[in-house]
Amino acid sequence: MFVSYKWLEDYVDLSDITPDELAEKITRSGIEVEGVEVPSKGIENVVIGHVLSCEKHPEADKLNICKVDVGEEEPVQIICGAANVGKGQKVAVAKVGAVLPGDFKIKKAKLRGEASNGMICSLQELGIEGKLVPKEFSEGIFNFPKDAIVGEDALQALALDDSILELGLTPNRADAMSMLGVAYEAGAILDRPVKLPDLEYKMHSDEASSLVTVEVEAEDQNPVYLAKVIRNIKIGPSPQWMQSRLIASGIRPHNNVVDITNYVLLEYGQPLHAFDLDKLKTNKILVRLAHEGEKIETLDDTVRELKSHHLVITNGEEPVAIAGVMGGANSEVTDSTTSVLIESAYFAPSAIRQASKDHGLRSEASSRFEKGVDPNRVKPAAERAAQLLTLYAQGEVLTGTAAHDKMDKSEKQISITLEKINRVLGMSLTAEEVLDLFRRLQIEAAANQGTIHVSAPTRRGDLLIEEDLIEEAARLYGYDHIPMTLPVHETNPGGLSPRQNKRRLIRQVLEGAGLMQAVTYSLTNDAEAKEFALDVRQPVKLLMPMSEERSNLRLSIVPQLLESVSYNLARQHDSIAYYESGSVFLNEQGSDLPREDEHLAGAITGLWQFHAWQGEKKPVDFYVLKGILDALWERLGISDRIRYEKGKEDQLHPGRTAAIFFNGEKIGFLGQVHPSKEKEMDLKETYVFEVKLEAIYNYQPDALAYKAIPRYPSITRDIALVVESSVLGGELERIIKDAGGTLLKSVKLFDLYEGDRLEEGMKSLAFSLVYMDPSRTLTDEEVVKAHDRVLQAVQEKASAKLRG
Amino acid sequence: MEEKLKQLHQEASEKVKQSTELKELNEVRVAYLGKKGPITEVLKGMGKLSAEERPKMGALANEVRDSIASAIESKQQALEAAAIEKKLEQETIDVTLPGLPVKVGTHHPLTSVIEEIEDLFISMGYKIEEGPEVEKDYYNFEALNLPKGHPARDMQDSFYITEDILLRTHTSPVQARTMERHGGKGPVKIICPGKVYRRDNDDATHSHQFMQIEGLVVDENIRMSDLKGTLNLFAKKLFGEEREIRLRPSFFPFTEPSVEMDISCKICGGKGCSVCKGTGWIEILGAGMVHPNVLEMAGFDSEKYTGFAFGMGPERIAMLKYGIDDIRHYYTNDYRFLTQFGRAEFN
Repeated sequence: MFVSYKWLEDYVDLSDITPDELAEKITRSGIEVEGVEVPSKGIENVVIGHVLSCEKHPEADKLNICKVDVGEEEPVQIICGAANVGKGQKVAVAKVGAVLPGDFKIKKAKLRGEASNGMICSLQELGIEGKLVPKEFSEGIFNFPKDAIVGEDALQALALDDSILELGLTPNRADAMSMLGVAYEAGAILDRPVKLPDLEYKMHSDEASSLVTVEVEAEDQNPVYLAKVIRNIKIGPSPQWMQSRLIASGIRPHNNVVDITNYVLLEYGQPLHAFDLDKLKTNKILVRLAHEGEKIETLDDTVRELKSHHLVITNGEEPVAIAGVMGGANSEVTDSTTSVLIESAYFAPSAIRQASKDHGLRSEASSRFEKGVDPNRVKPAAERAAQLLTLYAQGEVLTGTAAHDKMDKSEKQISITLEKINRVLGMSLTAEEVLDLFRRLQIEAAANQGTIHVSAPTRRGDLLIEEDLIEEAARLYGYDHIPMTLPVHETNPGGLSPRQNKRRLIRQVLEGAGLMQAVTYSLTNDAEAKEFALDVRQPVKLLMPMSEERSNLRLSIVPQLLESVSYNLARQHDSIAYYESGSVFLNEQGSDLPREDEHLAGAITGLWQFHAWQGEKKPVDFYVLKGILDALWERLGISDRIRYEKGKEDQLHPGRTAAIFFNGEKIGFLGQVHPSKEKEMDLKETYVFEVKLEAIYNYQPDALAYKAIPRYPSITRDIALVVESSVLGGELERIIKDAGGTLLKSVKLFDLYEGDRLEEGMKSLAFSLVYMDPSRTLTDEEVVKAHDRVLQAVQEKASAKLRG
Repeated sequence: MEEKLKQLHQEASEKVKQSTELKELNEVRVAYLGKKGPITEVLKGMGKLSAEERPKMGALANEVRDSIASAIESKQQALEAAAIEKKLEQETIDVTLPGLPVKVGTHHPLTSVIEEIEDLFISMGYKIEEGPEVEKDYYNFEALNLPKGHPARDMQDSFYITEDILLRTHTSPVQARTMERHGGKGPVKIICPGKVYRRDNDDATHSHQFMQIEGLVVDENIRMSDLKGTLNLFAKKLFGEEREIRLRPSFFPFTEPSVEMDISCKICGGKGCSVCKGTGWIEILGAGMVHPNVLEMAGFDSEKYTGFAFGMGPERIAMLKYGIDDIRHYYTNDYRFLTQFGRAEFN
């Protein structure tokens, strides 16, 4: 909502407060003022001039040589290129030395040999938006009315020396969608009275209701409909001040009738519609729901098909307007109109919202009806329009209205105790203070034994419950006066849950290990939604996606991480290490909501270590990522419950994929991205993992307990075992551990050999075995016995031979 | 004889002094102190001396021998030290060359902001609550006083999965769910962080996915002054002790009264600059007293219980804290962006 400061002065005394001060006060007490614009800012020295003569430039077809009286001793010669310039016009002249928006300075010039001492301006050149310039001047210079005074300041005449406050209205403050509403607000803030427009005017003795009948079928949607009838009007431009106010409010002037309805809409917040009474033909208004499929051509020359829930204004035979949204072309006011019917009505917000949405039409009118107009302004607004039509269109207003009125216009009674006001705010206001606040708001209120009774005016449709009154009082009193306290209540310890603690630990460990935390989008395209999924199923799809790219909820985090890797590679950053944790979304049969599983994923590529001048360079590989995961399992206390097996995933390298098991259940994978996928995405060798966190979150490891540091020496035995290449190292290690018994404390692989010195298809794995008994020194025989068991087991179970 | 000893002493001392290598020094030792050396020779000739002179000469001879030995010893130490010194000198490295790089990852800046806020409120007795990102219409809208047909819940603004299920548009449904779980009994004192989604085209200031973090306190006698005091603590902790806050009236369907909180601009200190658009204030968050309808729908008696809630966008907080100018940076995971947040901050 744009509010002209000068216009607002009609209703509230603003003599000692600047526009900026007013804006600040309004912002602090209820409505955010998003900006204060001064339309004349940056414009100087533009006056009203009288074109005394206008002749074609001898050297240029499109230029005119004008002699213009600008109120000085001698007329000035100005070359003007506008097609609509002509002798006798009153125009805006930027004199030599004038400044126009964009710091455009007017200097003496010569155009094709002719002197030009100034510029005749269009409204656009004076900073007015093209879409607000009246149509007749939109392609050329602007003309003032004939009675404009030569030499006067043109900016003043156009009322550009104003300040426009732009209000950012929240949905509850529809009351401020009118100048009067803003006046009440300013009046309350400044504690000053509001002067309402004087609605006196001369009426013709004929009764409107004798000429026109109003009937409403759809009373729920249209509880009140008033029609005023004005005859013998003369269509013409509206007065300049009115046009200026419309422009300041963002509405383009048309003619006096249309401008007056718009002016009253802005002033009262009550949309009006003017019908050409003669074109109505029947002298009848019937408001009803449309017939399904019924058609109407609206003012924008579009034929629209109506549905049975659309409210229409008809002449009893055919629709003449879509109620509250747009008028029909068949009853439009034109230059030849002589009689008009002015409609002022209350249409139900939901009906208008639906219709405006269905037709894709949002207007100044519909946006007000949608929020609910003030039932008690329906009539004054109609009277105001009638008054202005007598003044500015020489109209003859018929007495009274033709009306259908079943509207409840009573004020809502709300009561609240003073105790509650103070309890909720944490303040100690007195009843007098509260009553005074409502007095300033011009809201009737009385106190009775600690209870405040408020009669909420219909212009304030947002005041419905006790809390609304609390807010109303508090905002006007000033939130600055609310003290600062902290809740006084039984204190519970705050903190993170075990799950939240684990999540933070995971971040610490992975970041400490060198992975960067990434955050990617949950929405992805059809193809990526299914890739790398640990649970393969149909992705959850959006009903109305904005694009195919963001149409499915992810089943895996890895695809988006790879997108991020690819993004960085394209920007010359080739060593990347990411992790991300977050939800993946699984369609679940028989459940309202999809299942959301928290997953942890990572991706690494490029060099893991690179110490250039020392020549140390370690590219990433499977075991780098595995080592990081192992450190994570260690810190989570679940190392002994994790198992890796050779795995298979569609998008992973078939020979370099592990399945990860936790407590015997598969929770994830680790592996190299399939080379064909790498190629498709322009990736280099990249390793990824993804695990489900739910089971890990739910697992509670044994409490930490200290184990005595061994006082007796251990005995180490190294063995190199030759096995078939297909035997897995992890398998061999497990066999050794199982066979070694309690004395075998650790088994570590320290060498892997595959090559010429072994038979084809064989490999050698060397393990270091540590034997120890924490309670005594081991004897050689005991170790030999255990070690023999190990050797026997690996031979029996893996056909392993000791390497000679 | 005495003369001879003194001469030997002097000779030996001179040679020790002149020795520049351990080997040379050892030769001096052997030459003077060895079994065949001149001092031994002198001592062998002691028998020829008188009884009075013998102890005197003996003592002198020992003295000379000890003195030479000690000179050799200290010279040896000096030479050894020099040798080590020389060896170490040769081992000198250029300490200004780069060290072995250790890979260190960091929190995403949004995580840093969220954890900082979480920790602040945990210290005030709050718990962290989470909820589903795909949410029922009821919890996302209806339970928050946004009944069906409310203009703020247009299909165009949200990502719906079905008519009744959508990607949550704010983290407030977690508040609704938590209150419901409390079964009408306070206190509820929670912080709810998480991802939310809206039908916006991604540009510098809009993102179809973003984060929110909200707080909620419901109990008997929770006052608006408690909200103001809590927000003041929060603002000072997160943005600096010298920051002032102000509350402005606003509107949210789930709170009444509703406010927006501004903090005094850090850049200009409140005088007005381009960052605060000349106002001296920067909008940080929305808040208010929980709407009685919201309390009632979650099973709380709104006559007995009151509450406050507040919510903010970590993206915006991080933008203000670090001067980030484009919301898309948070989701492209550009290394040149993420690595800028590796340094810890200590407030």
